[in-house]
Amino acid sequence: MKYVYYPGCSLEGTALEYDASTRAVMQRLGVELVDIEDWTCCGASAAEPVSYLLSMALPARNLAKVQSDQDGMDVLVPCSACYLNLRKVEDHIRKEEGLLEQINEVLSVEGLSYKGGVRSRHLLDVLATDMGPGKIREQVKQPLSGVRVAPYYGCQALRPYRVFDDPEEPRSMEPILRALGAEIHPWSMGARCCGAGLMTTKKDASLDAVASLLSAARGADCIVTVCPMCQMNLEAYQKKISRREGEDLSISILYLPQLMGIAFGMGDAELKVDMNFVFKPELRAKLASTASRSTRAA
Amino acid sequence: MKTEVHEFTAVAPPSHAEDTLAPIWTKVRACMQCGTCTGSCFNAHAMDITPRELWRMVQLGLKDEIFSSRTFWLCSSCYYCTLRCPRGLPLTDTMGALKRLAVSEGILKEKKSPRFYRSFMDTVRRYGRVREMEMMARYFLALKSPITPLSFTPLGIKLMAKGKVAPQMPSFSGPGKLEALYRKVKELEARS
Repeated sequence: MKYVYYPGCSLEGTALEYDASTRAVMQRLGVELVDIEDWTCCGASAAEPVSYLLSMALPARNLAKVQSDQDGMDVLVPCSACYLNLRKVEDHIRKEEGLLEQINEVLSVEGLSYKGGVRSRHLLDVLATDMGPGKIREQVKQPLSGVRVAPYYGCQALRPYRVFDDPEEPRSMEPILRALGAEIHPWSMGARCCGAGLMTTKKDASLDAVASLLSAARGADCIVTVCPMCQMNLEAYQKKISRREGEDLSISILYLPQLMGIAFGMGDAELKVDMNFVFKPELRAKLASTASRSTRAA
Repeated sequence: MKTEVHEFTAVAPPSHAEDTLAPIWTKVRACMQCGTCTGSCFNAHAMDITPRELWRMVQLGLKDEIFSSRTFWLCSSCYYCTLRCPRGLPLTDTMGALKRLAVSEGILKEKKSPRFYRSFMDTVRRYGRVREMEMMARYFLALKSPITPLSFTPLGIKLMAKGKVAPQMPSFSGPGKLEALYRKVKELEARS
């Protein structure tokens, strides 16, 4: 299987470990990722408040490149904000008369044009739908038995576009996590917002949101994420929130492909788990003991 | 005896056709004030007026009241209200439209958010991609506040210690990677 790969800016910076683990796990699953040459930012959540046309032209520029170089192939997107923007321009082109012409007038300065129709897929969609638990289970070398995982989906992979999961009560991660041998932490917070970009501009509101997520995850060994923004908000402010709440709310936060890679028996360096802010010794010890159990069994 | 008949009509559109609020009014004119948006909003507790109240103000064309509120700057684009709105209104996109209008009309009760988004987009104009440290440096310069950067220092240090980012000062000279594209967008927007 082959996908065009759009990493997005975060995966080159604050989410390097998401990029590394995604590439490693997809390779293990027999998937080839084709890079987009000279891709640029999708506009994140910053283009929309600045200019509507810019917020459409930026993702369209990347889709135009995909169309000219790899037409017909799906685009695999690990970042939920990128995923939303790439989907949104497709949706708006269909609904707004004249928008595609305007976009193409903008893209003409780079010698590009776009016809519409390139399909963007979230990493979680590809893992849950195209790979599926069967294919994932085949790769498991160290089942995560006894590891309790809180699946966190965030917002923009699920909403506003209903593509691969229920937008309010998502479940698509559960078969994957069970295939890894993990237990699911029962909670209803999987689709709640982490505050996203408000962590920079409206910190208190965002800290409230993260505090309620961390509290609800009590009893789990880790939270897994599928978005660099969610990951950053959940992992980077745990000390501050614990101080504020007067209770230790620290918990390991891993990207889903990192946890998959661990179950696949991949090394720390390949999955870049040293880059995570919170990967607690308790969880490391638990994983090491399941690893040694499975080695002995083998 | 003659009974006086009261005519109940839908709220009239803003009186001036060129009213910049008109496109936003169009988006939410069908709002029936059920409050599902407010009930679905995780940030409603931090807002000075609720989303439902905001849409009512838009329907009534209360521009001063709308822009003296910070509510739309507290939208984190989670799309819950859009998903659940029984009238199917594009509420999250409309929050975005209010942010743009506030900036373009210069009605900036809110200082930080517009400067953050602007700094972000300036970095993209220059490099084509976001460079997080360069973007934050731009943002701090734009804020002209000596205190705000301090609240981000712990995070910056953590990120640098992990080797994820390196300090970078913004560069302001020479054309940017997406200069032509940005200029074209501006040109088209001026035309419409």
